[in-house]
Amino acid sequence: MSAIDPSLRYQRREQGLMLLLASPAVIVIVALVVLPVGWLMGQSFYDGGFTLEHYKRIFSEDIYWRSFLLTFRIAFTVTVLTLILGYPVAYAAAHARRPWDMLILSFVILPFWTSVLVRAYAWLVLLQRTGVANQVLERFGLISDPLALVHNELGTVIATVHILLPFMVLPLYSTMQKIPRELMLAGASLGGGPLHSFLRVFLPLSLPGVIAGLTLVFVLTLGFYITPELLGGGRTIMISMVVSRNVELYNQWGAASAIGVVLLVCVLAIFMLVGRIIPLDKMLGQK
Amino acid sequence: MALMSTVPAFAAEQMLFVSQGGAYQKAQTIAILDPAAKKLGITINQDSVPDAWPIMRSQVATGKPTWDVVDVATNFCLRGGEQGIVEKLDFSKIPNAAAMPAEYRSDYSVAYEFYSSVMGYSLKKYPDAATAPKTWADFWDVKKFPGRRSLRNHPLATLEAALMADGVAPDKLYPLDVDRAFKKLEEIKPNITVWWTSGAQSAQLLNDGEVDMVMAWNGRISALVKEGAKVTYTYNQGILQSTSLCVLKGAPNLPTAIKFLNEAVDPVHQANLPMQIDYGPANPKAYDTGVIPAARVAELPSAPANAKAQALMSYAWWTSAAGEAAEKRWLAFTQK
Repeated sequence: MSAIDPSLRYQRREQGLMLLLASPAVIVIVALVVLPVGWLMGQSFYDGGFTLEHYKRIFSEDIYWRSFLLTFRIAFTVTVLTLILGYPVAYAAAHARRPWDMLILSFVILPFWTSVLVRAYAWLVLLQRTGVANQVLERFGLISDPLALVHNELGTVIATVHILLPFMVLPLYSTMQKIPRELMLAGASLGGGPLHSFLRVFLPLSLPGVIAGLTLVFVLTLGFYITPELLGGGRTIMISMVVSRNVELYNQWGAASAIGVVLLVCVLAIFMLVGRIIPLDKMLGQK
Repeated sequence: MALMSTVPAFAAEQMLFVSQGGAYQKAQTIAILDPAAKKLGITINQDSVPDAWPIMRSQVATGKPTWDVVDVATNFCLRGGEQGIVEKLDFSKIPNAAAMPAEYRSDYSVAYEFYSSVMGYSLKKYPDAATAPKTWADFWDVKKFPGRRSLRNHPLATLEAALMADGVAPDKLYPLDVDRAFKKLEEIKPNITVWWTSGAQSAQLLNDGEVDMVMAWNGRISALVKEGAKVTYTYNQGILQSTSLCVLKGAPNLPTAIKFLNEAVDPVHQANLPMQIDYGPANPKAYDTGVIPAARVAELPSAPANAKAQALMSYAWWTSAAGEAAEKRWLAFTQK
């Protein structure tokens, strides 16, 4: 009786089934991401009633933009350094024979299982005035006075790079592993030198991994708290620390929520800008 | 959070006491809580939390608090009083506290124990007692006392030290001249290697030779001294600070809580506390009980001779509008 094309009906049924299959994931995302972020936004406008007080404070006091600036500067530095350090490691792991590739990867992943707190303290021991790094440099006569390697922005960056390196290496490795070796051989057979083939063939194909790594590391650095708190000497005040101080100082969640909202908006704006240059599907590792 | 129960378990009257845990809570249990429970024939249940203030607020907000007595930094008792979170105390029912100096109590709080923010320094760097730094002015004098320094990343006690370095007498500090204090702090800022955030960190910095001079809590430095580290400290111009006991508004066992408050500041129980840990009794009468040996008295922050050399922190000022504004100014100061 129905005039509907049976193939269309089938298609619809399949779509419905897909939606049903996806529903647990959708429920989890709504419960754990959408609702809390909505709650956060609501709170940022609340102080016994609707208020813009929390936002006014952020835009009128310069401690906020100073911390935002510092946080983004550290995130940028850390991201660039992890890429420079991580790319060769991932390349080596992707091209090494078994068991060497596993060995390289396990060196990357092992520190991952140690708590961030323990690693921050370990860096303190290594970098402080009487620490291993300064002692070695002094022993070899390279310096006469210990360098200020920690209790500042430098110490924070060093430890953050170490902690986040796996987040760069792993997506790079998984992308590089999928690049067929024959392509490089083809490049060579067409007369391209190793550097030329690398730049024209391998590097562009590894870009999705690069972008995934950059994104992960950048976003994760923005939320760092323990590392700057322990290694920043009290003057490296990243935005997460301002959030926690605001809870202490103003006794209101709203004062802290507003900072979270501004940070979220900044990050989304950055992604939109990046998305203009690099298509989103590439960013998500498709293609 | 550890729930412990103190003898006797059969008693009808119960109450819940909350402190900060660790060695400090153990020391109190031996010195004060167990003996007080025994004497009053009540059961004192215990809980511990490092940061009681937000929980005090939320407990009272729900209308059914479970905590009775809280041991917390005095400023939180006062703020609690202001915000209707803490019961007003009737001192006619707390005779032991009524006999304490007026500045050791308020309408909402009774001082429970004392500690001090003192100047600690390395004996390797300043070995000679005669030429070692003795005042905050010395701490600020980077020419006469070259060396690396650390202060706490918090305005409490730090502003007081700055004002003393600028020549304000320890008994003339309040109300604090906040502008003058921050100006003086700007002066020393380039020479501060680390603004420490935890007590453990302050001790580690001095012990590892990261800094030569530090403002730290007396118990942290005395612990290093006991371990044999080449460091020492002076009570001269220290800032005497306290935690206090206060009772949550609508506490389920209010009458028992008040009875306990009186017993907790009993001179003999108070005198037992410094026999367990490096904190000073809050009731000065503890020093007349004969429980504390003279050599031990000399080490305690609240001992009359040491207290005289120090400034007594005014928590009333710090909870005032001016005090809260000074606290908000701190972040901008450390950041620039």
